[in-house]
Amino acid sequence: MRLEIKDLHVFYGKIEAIKGISVVVNPGEIVTLIGANGAGKTTTLKTISGLRPVASGSITFDGQDISKMPAHDRVALGISQAPEGRGIFPGMSVLENLEIGKYFRKDRKHEMKEDLEKVYHLFPRLKERAFQAGGTLSGGEQQMLAIGRALMARPKVLLLDEPSMGLAPMMIANIFKIITEINTELGTTILLVEQNAQQALQRAHRAYVLETGHVVKEAKASDLLNDPDVRAAYLGTGAGAH
Amino acid sequence: MINLRDAGSNFWDKLNRVQRTTFILVILGFVLLVPYMDTFGPTSFVNTPIASFRDALVYPVGMFVLMGLGLNIVVGKSGLLDLGYVAFFAIGAYTQAILSTTTSLNMWEILPIGIGLAMLSGVLLGLPTLRLRGDYLAIVTLGFGEITRIVVLNSNFTGGTNGIPNIPPPPKIGPIVFDIMNPQNYFYVVILMILLTIWMVRRLSIRRAGRAWEAIRQDEDVAMLMGVPTLRYKLWSFTIGGGVGGAAGVLFASKVMVIAPGMFDFQVSILILACVVFGGIGNIWGVVLGGVALAYIPERIRFLTETRQLAFGLVLVIMMNFRPDGMLPRKKREKIGEKKKEIK
Repeated sequence: MRLEIKDLHVFYGKIEAIKGISVVVNPGEIVTLIGANGAGKTTTLKTISGLRPVASGSITFDGQDISKMPAHDRVALGISQAPEGRGIFPGMSVLENLEIGKYFRKDRKHEMKEDLEKVYHLFPRLKERAFQAGGTLSGGEQQMLAIGRALMARPKVLLLDEPSMGLAPMMIANIFKIITEINTELGTTILLVEQNAQQALQRAHRAYVLETGHVVKEAKASDLLNDPDVRAAYLGTGAGAH
Repeated sequence: MINLRDAGSNFWDKLNRVQRTTFILVILGFVLLVPYMDTFGPTSFVNTPIASFRDALVYPVGMFVLMGLGLNIVVGKSGLLDLGYVAFFAIGAYTQAILSTTTSLNMWEILPIGIGLAMLSGVLLGLPTLRLRGDYLAIVTLGFGEITRIVVLNSNFTGGTNGIPNIPPPPKIGPIVFDIMNPQNYFYVVILMILLTIWMVRRLSIRRAGRAWEAIRQDEDVAMLMGVPTLRYKLWSFTIGGGVGGAAGVLFASKVMVIAPGMFDFQVSILILACVVFGGIGNIWGVVLGGVALAYIPERIRFLTETRQLAFGLVLVIMMNFRPDGMLPRKKREKIGEKKKEIK
């Protein structure tokens, strides 16, 4: 279930946002893409999940080229995403949001229950809030819901787009702890896009550094944590002292 | 401001089965008596001056409600702004007009053909255009409405400007005769179509289609990420909505007996959309109320002659000012589905 991106180019109109990125995500790994605003992190994820068309290059999943496949079929293959800004359906309850997460699979009551239990186990707060409208949740709860909803599809690869965005430090630590749990307990492969490079590098196995649509560095996450360039650019001075 | 929508659903929830059946039968009985309200002393104030009350009940009142419900599937359920809905109405009407005057098929046999053609045109319009979103889609649908009107205006098979005369009325069913003397019977057919549409929409709403539409309406990108085949479901809502418009068109043509392109101009699309917005986007009962109100009021105030449209516009502006979400808005939900769980 290896996800492999080769020489990917993506455009917004005439502007080339991704200029030949190659990324590999091996089964069981947490891989993170870090970089500044506009580096192309979110675009890369959107292209993997099928929201943006591929201009050239390939995306293969488990040996199959998925770069022309419609977004909903990629979900069925096992790629699901918690989008940037969480993308909660505000007028649906927490439970309905979770149910939508496994939309592509037709109603199977016991499976639904199993998956719900799994998500509720990771995020007990969602169970308490099950009948509340998604729009009334706090930012942290919405992020939990976004991740939980993506897990309902039983993904093989989970794409997380800035899960720490706009959250309080306590909540950020909590979310990252759960991301590690999802990887170790459920064995889900994770591709994590983050601006919070510190947390991301601590949790990930491998990392890619993106700058204006290019991969400028690729290394083990722990190595990047000690890399002087990365420290200066993304971690701030002395950030490693935590 | 009292929330009529919630008051209504609370009232409904408190009723038991027998009470509900009685309630529905009473309402239905009342609806069946509506065509006779103008001749019954105490309710004769509803009579429409100048226009015939019973004719007005069929068109615009009944037809607007029916088309409002159809358009609501597109605009209210899946959130696609369609400004050319009249095209489906026109396609249904011209199907009836052409087939009934050139073949031996009667209105009941043409009805499924008209619905089918309207649905087919929904697919043909939708396939290339439903990739567009929001304002762009609105403009394309507006264009479709205009193109349809201009095509029927300039084609020989549609009779051009003169339209098509001598459209036969539906054959009688047992003792129920359809002719100029009995417009109330058309009204009952419209009511039946409205009930069928409401039943269909309610069935669809609680199923996979309904959940897909809801997701698409709230956030189309995320709906795709959740594995909802968005194009397919948008196409479905377009097609089903179009079919309802087509059904209305077939019945309309057989009722008025003469149709002409002028009956299918842009204003009809806007009026139907106004019914949906005025009543409450996405809420069936709101749309019914909106259709009744927006179709009936202009007929009732016909005696104002030139100032009629002005007064009608004023009513709309004032109402939308006080109830911007419509008369019966979609339920604003904070606690959802808990009741169902308690019953289990």
